[in-house]
Amino acid sequence: MTDLSIDLGFIKLKNPIIASSGTFGYGLEFAPFIDLNKLGGIVVKGLYFSPRPGNSPPRLVEASSGLINAVGLQGVGVKKFSEEILPQLRKYSTAIIVNVCGEKDEEYASVVDFLDKEEGISAYELNISCPNVEKNGVCPALDPETTFSVVSLVKKSSSRPVIVKLSPNVTDIAEIALSAQEAGADALSLVNTFLAIAVDVETRKPVLPKVFGGLSGPAIKPLVLRMVYQVVSRVKIPVIGIGGILSAKDALEYLIIGARAVEVGTANLIDPEATVKIIDGLTEYCQKNGIDKIESIIGTLKKPQGLD
Amino acid sequence: MIKDSQARIIDKKSWNNYYLFSLESPRIASQAHPGQFIMIRISHHPHPLLRRPLSIHSKDEKSIDIFFQVSGLGTDLLSQKKVGDILDILGPLGKGFHGGASLNGKDVVAAGGGRGIAPLYFLAKELRSHGALVKIFYGGKSLEDIPLKEKFKRENFDLYCSTDDGSFGFKGFITEYLKTELEKFTPSRIFSCGPEEMMKKIAQFAAKKNIPAEFSLESVMGCGFGVCWGCVKRIKKNGEEGWVKICEEGPVFSSEEIVWTEEEK
Ligand SMILES: Cc1cc2nc3c(=O)[nH]c(=O)nc-3n(C[C@H](O)[C@H](O)[C@H](O)COP(=O)(O)OP(=O)(O)OC[C@H]3O[C@@H](n4cnc5c(N)ncnc54)[C@H](O)[C@@H]3O)c2cc1C
Ligand SMILES: Cc1cc2nc3c(=O)[nH]c(=O)nc-3n(C[C@H](O)[C@H](O)[C@H](O)COP(=O)(O)O)c2cc1C
Ligand code: FES
Repeated sequence: MTDLSIDLGFIKLKNPIIASSGTFGYGLEFAPFIDLNKLGGIVVKGLYFSPRPGNSPPRLVEASSGLINAVGLQGVGVKKFSEEILPQLRKYSTAIIVNVCGEKDEEYASVVDFLDKEEGISAYELNISCPNVEKNGVCPALDPETTFSVVSLVKKSSSRPVIVKLSPNVTDIAEIALSAQEAGADALSLVNTFLAIAVDVETRKPVLPKVFGGLSGPAIKPLVLRMVYQVVSRVKIPVIGIGGILSAKDALEYLIIGARAVEVGTANLIDPEATVKIIDGLTEYCQKNGIDKIESIIGTLKKPQGLD
Repeated sequence: MIKDSQARIIDKKSWNNYYLFSLESPRIASQAHPGQFIMIRISHHPHPLLRRPLSIHSKDEKSIDIFFQVSGLGTDLLSQKKVGDILDILGPLGKGFHGGASLNGKDVVAAGGGRGIAPLYFLAKELRSHGALVKIFYGGKSLEDIPLKEKFKRENFDLYCSTDDGSFGFKGFITEYLKTELEKFTPSRIFSCGPEEMMKKIAQFAAKKNIPAEFSLESVMGCGFGVCWGCVKRIKKNGEEGWVKICEEGPVFSSEEIVWTEEEK
């Protein structure tokens, strides 16, 4: 039997495959397709304190091997989530992680305050990196100080582990990562979507009403692998890799580079069975290569001599 | 909702840019209602990435048909598939048109423009089986854009065709043709699918004449089953207005529910 379990320090996952926020609904939508108990974890759609209307359409545009979205975090808010969704979701034996959003630092803290009273949540993922809310993609994760401020505030009130989700739209992601770690983050997840634009050449207008959207999907994977590489060598806390994972091979690349787990996003939209297929693929890979414990391949990238 | 990764193409017809495929998928066929759609995986490679939504054009015991116009890369690649090829599809998705026994013996109109005719064939057959008297209004830019006219005729539907350039039938938009004909009779309901401008006009004069109407809306879809929140339109329900996922709550909505907006760009 291959052991796919992963220890993140603060929680143990059945396997390193977590469904990523915003691409997996509130989780239950996938129950007709897959056995949710098989997943390492589920990050539910981003939650603000109150329900949010979201952006005007069009909200999606396809790019080469990618998807640009400008959904703008439309969602139900904490109250409805706790009353109607969580009671069903916590019946599953998988790590339930809530993606926490806020317009101000205080809103992040109040979401966490509210949810702390509820059972059945394993951790929070602080979404300080959504490019689709503020004008021009501004978010706390663009700056080490704003990152520090929101993470330390949330850590003060949270009784649960806090994963901080970083933005790729920065010059030096390791600097932000260190700042989050210093503020008390229990883990980092990287990354959220890349700020992107699509143009309609007939009308010469941007395809998306607010000009910018966020790019996800296979197109971003090489860039995110590079970022994970740059961060794992600098921080002590676990790193979760997110970007363009469609197959077990894609997930393995992240693990070998040093991510302790991965999140699968856009792939869920295309194939609702994607997460489970990737888990099966990991087992197959381990069996084929005589690996008993998947943890043993984490961070085993054979770097050329002379490089550290 | 079923994921069928083994839907075989058992028949293929084409007219210039328009294609009709029959897909063997007994489980999806047994659940399908007019106005529902399927999501088709175009490629198992990462490009084109997303599935494409196509309406269910008709069904048999074991199969469903799709009718589509080549509109870009995805539909172009789909059009190149051959009889015998296997498609990965999700369906039936969304909520369909409302019809049924209440329309028995009543006049109803199904008005479609271009590829928008796709779901109306299934609808028209279903309505007729409930005893409704269906008049089909079918418009296109030119003669080659109304390739299904023979099919409707063979089935003895009351057919009203228009072309923008006058190459066949009424010269002008299908909306103008319908407006003229509505001077002569008042249907109990209008069903429509096509370009948004067309549907908006129909909604306006249906409202003026107090004719209930239903429209099948289109939007770029990321998933088709309610998880990405990418496909929203402005909808009013129970007095509340908001962005509603059309893949889940639609794609069919009634006149009163739709808040026609200019896409803000
Ligand atoms: C519920 C529903 C039912 C539909 N039924 C039919 C049908 O029966 N027959 C038919 O010919 N067409 C139908 N369409 C439209 C069809 O889905 C699009 O023409 C198709 O997705 C375009 O893909 P493409 O790759 O060929 O074009 P692209 O090159 O991707 O784009 C061409 C145009 O199609 C739009 N588009 C792109 N991707 C999508 C997407 N995932 N969903 C919707 N629009 C998209 C783009 O915004 C662009 O305007 C339906 C759409 C919806 C939402
Ligand atoms: C439609 C859509 C909605 C998203 N919503 C959220 C969200 O609510 N919160 C969040 O932290 N990230 C959100 N994301 C980002 C994803 O969780 C993920 O970080 C990103 O898509 C990269 O992974 P991928 O390439 O596997 O999709 C969203 C992405 C998409 C495509
Ligand atoms: S297409 Fe994804 S929610 Fe409707």
